[in-house]
Amino acid sequence: MAVVSFSCNRFSGDKATIKFWAMGNEGELVAQLIPEFERNNPNIHVVVQQLPWTAAHEKLLTAFAGGSLPDVFQLGNTWLPEFTVLNSLEPLGPFTKKSSVIQLSDYFDGVLKTNIIDSTLYGIPWYVDTRVVYYRKDLLRNAGYKEFPKTWNEVSKLCTIIQRQAKEQGIIRYPFFLPTNEWVPAIALGMQSGGNFLKDEMTRGNFSGAQFNKAYSLLAEFYDKKYSPSGMQLITNLYNSFSEGLIAMYITGPWNIGEFTRRIPSKLQNEWMTAPLPSMDSTYPGNSLPLGTSLVISRTCKQKEAAWKFIEFLGSREQSVSLYKISGNLSPRKSAWEDSSFASNKYIQAFHKQLERVEPLPQVAEWEQIVIRLQIYVEYIATQTMTVDESLKKFDGEVDQMLEKRRWLVEQKKK
Amino acid sequence: MKSTSRTAAAWLFLAPALTAIAIFFVIPVVSALVMSFTDFDIYALGNLHAVRFMGFKNYIRIFETPLFWVAMKNTFYFVIVGAPLSVFVSLGAALMVNSKRAKFKSFFRTVYFLPVVTSLVAVAVVWRYLFHPAHGLLNYALGYFGIAPIDWLGNPDIAMPAIILMAVWKNFGYNMLIFIAGLQNIPEELYEASHMDGAGGWRQFVDITIPMLMPTTVFVVMITIIGYFQLFAEPYVMTEGGPMNATTSIVLMMYEQGFRWWNMGYAAAVAFVLFAVILLFSIIQMLIQRRMQS
Repeated sequence: MAVVSFSCNRFSGDKATIKFWAMGNEGELVAQLIPEFERNNPNIHVVVQQLPWTAAHEKLLTAFAGGSLPDVFQLGNTWLPEFTVLNSLEPLGPFTKKSSVIQLSDYFDGVLKTNIIDSTLYGIPWYVDTRVVYYRKDLLRNAGYKEFPKTWNEVSKLCTIIQRQAKEQGIIRYPFFLPTNEWVPAIALGMQSGGNFLKDEMTRGNFSGAQFNKAYSLLAEFYDKKYSPSGMQLITNLYNSFSEGLIAMYITGPWNIGEFTRRIPSKLQNEWMTAPLPSMDSTYPGNSLPLGTSLVISRTCKQKEAAWKFIEFLGSREQSVSLYKISGNLSPRKSAWEDSSFASNKYIQAFHKQLERVEPLPQVAEWEQIVIRLQIYVEYIATQTMTVDESLKKFDGEVDQMLEKRRWLVEQKKK
Repeated sequence: MKSTSRTAAAWLFLAPALTAIAIFFVIPVVSALVMSFTDFDIYALGNLHAVRFMGFKNYIRIFETPLFWVAMKNTFYFVIVGAPLSVFVSLGAALMVNSKRAKFKSFFRTVYFLPVVTSLVAVAVVWRYLFHPAHGLLNYALGYFGIAPIDWLGNPDIAMPAIILMAVWKNFGYNMLIFIAGLQNIPEELYEASHMDGAGGWRQFVDITIPMLMPTTVFVVMITIIGYFQLFAEPYVMTEGGPMNATTSIVLMMYEQGFRWWNMGYAAAVAFVLFAVILLFSIIQMLIQRRMQS
């Protein structure tokens, strides 16, 4: 117990001990980078604690409640608003001003913005994740498309052709798989339609507004016309379904580059590719989401200079390239993409283009709750349990209820 | 004078236990009850001034939440199917292990009790293999009979039966031990006397074992139902409440609300609703038992 409660200010001689919590696979791999840091900074010792992603959110909140947050921790981009509501994060602006390593202009704009709340910077992006389309080149070629279409209208046309060709051959094929248990496509389409998800100073849902309705109707069309299966039972194994041609296109993240390379049979290895999201208007690529994680310093940390040194190390261009090499995680720093290891991977180029066009999600503490709930409503329209208008109105009602406290707090502030 | 000092001594001896109960039971329960009338949430965790008194609003909101009714339905499904099944399996195992003709009694007793003391997380890992749609042992066995593979944990209609199967397997050993104790308390003379009167095995079971085992059975049923209402760990480690909320139980919903979203006020209210349901069930059961005895 004593070790836990004094961990933040435990010095042995002049040596500072930094407690660092990292999640998932990266939490394990980051241990490989730390010896170099400790060599360069002999008076700082780093202790890494690995958290599984599924329990990380609960763990961090309970750690805050128990006053035992670590000095430095990794935070999902969408979790940042919650932890600023708790007033648990140290503003990092003063540190970056003095730093020659962390140059904010080197970060992808949309990614950096997710770390700025009410014009205060709270996190330094560590690695990024955005969503692009993975597609079967051969199936698109047969349909007369050498490249991935740039607009959703074109995608819709492409789906019709693929579907018709499959029917002629007597094959079941769903051209564009949009899982009904995912909120990402719905939110990406919503962003592209140009609407705000929340209104009235982000205290009420705006999903039934005209823009999101347009995006959501497009999504409904994919299910109605059977471009995508409207349940999850059919696709038990994504990689098999993709290899067998049961599906031809799918929106997913960078981790699947490795999986596709490993799991898709060698004869098909040259027949898959990635492309940025198509767009709902004439701009290209269409907007996608800036996901990924950032490094933050706990406000209660007693040795912030040492903690910052550690963040500077992990956030440097060199270490961001090293992290990519050992884990495949993409760098949030534009200059890292010039490194040969990034340039030589043809699959990540789509992610590069996409990262130039990502926009932050609404920064409210309830956002995670909102999108998880949205999943259920995606399912409702996919299975035609509800009409688009009906389900969006109902969803807005639920969102309004989730934001009730926020509404009250905003009103209190005005008084 | 002597009696007061004896009372004082008794209090003194009880004090450590009572203090522990007060600190770890009474205070948390009372504060949870108070919390259930407030909107204690993530904002309140950051700033205590953001707590509001809500009256019964949390309770009203619970009944308006569709997920609550889904969780309620799932929990009842688990209790109504799982609890009797568990009791029957335990009784069956107890009878077999306790039978005079059985060999290696203590070996089987230990084997059947093993799942109870095994960590659930370890059990879950093994059962996830068993349930695997493509490589699982269960589907392999079904394939032997020409039955198509079942997506045990992925199909919303099958997931709950799969969880019940695992829960029964995991827990029956405990009740089995209680049943064995009950069986061993039945005087041997009763069986000998009935044997003289010409009663066969079945008659003995119906007219001696079952009535004599009644108090044990009532206890086991009660404990099992109360325990099964609090279904949490199995879906938490196996399915996280999915697919399509098909295995979300009341306690899992409460956990998610409380520790995932930090809606502590609301989660506390859910806890007291569950408490009321369990209390109601226990009262009904006691009334039935009393009527049966009179």
